[in-house]
Amino acid sequence: MTAGSKTLNAHAIRADFPIFEQLIHGKPLAYLDSANSSQKPRQVIDAMTTFYETSYANVHRAVHVLGERATAGLEGAREKVRAFINAPEAREVIFVRNATEGLNLIAYAWGGTNLGPGDAVVVTELEHHSNFVPWQYIAQRNGASFLMLEIDDNGDPDLSQLDAIARDHTVKVVATNLVSNSLGTIHDLGPLVGWAHEHGAIFVCDAAQAAPHMPLDVQALDCDFLAISGHKMCGPSGIGAVWGRARLLEAMEPFLLGGHMINSVRYDKTTWGELPHKFEAGTSPIVEAYGLGVAVDYLSAVGLDAIEAHEHELVAYALGRLGEVPGLKLYGPPADRRAGVVSFNVEGIHPHDVAQILDMQGVAIRAGHHCCQPLMHKLGLAATNRASFYLYTVREEIDQLVEGLHTVQKVFA
Amino acid sequence: MYREVILDHYKNPRGHGTLDDADAHADGQNPLCGDEVSIYVAFGEDGETIDEVKFSGRGCAISQAATSMLTEMVQGRKATEVATLDKDELLEEIGIPLTPVRLKCAMLGLTTLKVALHKAKGTPLPDGLAGFDDLELS
Repeated sequence: MTAGSKTLNAHAIRADFPIFEQLIHGKPLAYLDSANSSQKPRQVIDAMTTFYETSYANVHRAVHVLGERATAGLEGAREKVRAFINAPEAREVIFVRNATEGLNLIAYAWGGTNLGPGDAVVVTELEHHSNFVPWQYIAQRNGASFLMLEIDDNGDPDLSQLDAIARDHTVKVVATNLVSNSLGTIHDLGPLVGWAHEHGAIFVCDAAQAAPHMPLDVQALDCDFLAISGHKMCGPSGIGAVWGRARLLEAMEPFLLGGHMINSVRYDKTTWGELPHKFEAGTSPIVEAYGLGVAVDYLSAVGLDAIEAHEHELVAYALGRLGEVPGLKLYGPPADRRAGVVSFNVEGIHPHDVAQILDMQGVAIRAGHHCCQPLMHKLGLAATNRASFYLYTVREEIDQLVEGLHTVQKVFA
Repeated sequence: MYREVILDHYKNPRGHGTLDDADAHADGQNPLCGDEVSIYVAFGEDGETIDEVKFSGRGCAISQAATSMLTEMVQGRKATEVATLDKDELLEEIGIPLTPVRLKCAMLGLTTLKVALHKAKGTPLPDGLAGFDDLELS
């Protein structure tokens, strides 16, 4: 740990998470699936319960005191998310269900009107399906090209392909993740963002896997849109946020239509509301948004720098311990280049079987393609195992994983 | 969870391989976890009775072992009978409790076989095919 940076005590933090107060198949829970979805601290759970018990009503339209409290809760959360990603204005933060919905919003509402024949959307082979399929779909629907940058073993995209792409296409969108959910790679997006802007393209950042793990700053990233999911960062499921530059959001068509997102509705014409309401049709996930705000407070109090450092330390420890398991193949970059994600395969044993036998020993990992089929195709794999870590993860859980893997090998010996 | 018989079928799959001049064939995938199974069927002289079943594929022990067991189960049975084979018959053979996710693994071979029979003989498609939309339904 470098001098001056905060450290965290994972054992103490763990006590905030009620999920660990139980045995799974008679064993302590080693929850190594946080990249899939994180567990929730008591602070978030309790705050949401209290909100329902004392302050719940619909937002933005009730005159009564509960309506005011609920509106303050929702808008307070918006301001917290704004600060969390260092966005210039709270009205640029739009609440959605998750990063997937946020990326669909951008693809439909921006891509739908700005993409056409001769244009191209560029992604990488390392995208989660959420930042891949919507762009592929909209590009194909609008007659635009959908292109993929190849990646190397560390997960870094090959930027040398860009200029050839630009010779044949007008690149309108470059969309990539900041942290890979499958390999854990933390990308240096600077060169790619710079290239996109030089060529008149917008840059869309999928930060679903980055937001839980490292400080975010949309102004320093210089991206044009960014999407996050609450459930991966100690918040409830069903809430996420998309941020966009106000001038882009204002020029865009709406995504979902209906109540709340309008300015006026006449027989022949409807006009759209101001930001962020234009993109928030219908009753919002009010308490979920409030809970996300509490999660942001929780993470900020621990410190994102401390969380990032903790994860690097765990990844280094895990890579070392997993190296002791014979026949185990690791994927992805060195420890200092990744968030708390370790993907691996055990020779001759399918990940589903590995995960199932680990589960019997109280160890929860993800097994599958991690919504990254293009990457799996590239690696020539159907699936991998993935252990992922968060602020409440302790070394003992990694030890439990390694012991479990020895048992897996005994079963299949 | 992993009974000896399952591991045995997984490590020494029965009916593993392909048939070059199969009378019925289908490829199946479980999009949730990437298990893959291809099924090849040859009918006997009556054109109805399953004379030989082969499968190839890759995936977890449950998907591959269940398909291996299936090839033994359907040998010598009529296509129309297999097309409506109850999944419980196969589950009984597998003999272990399965979570919903693993149930999809276990059923992949049977579903793919039923699709192969449907393509060759017009027998009914299996229930819940929606979850297997990567099947080639030509």
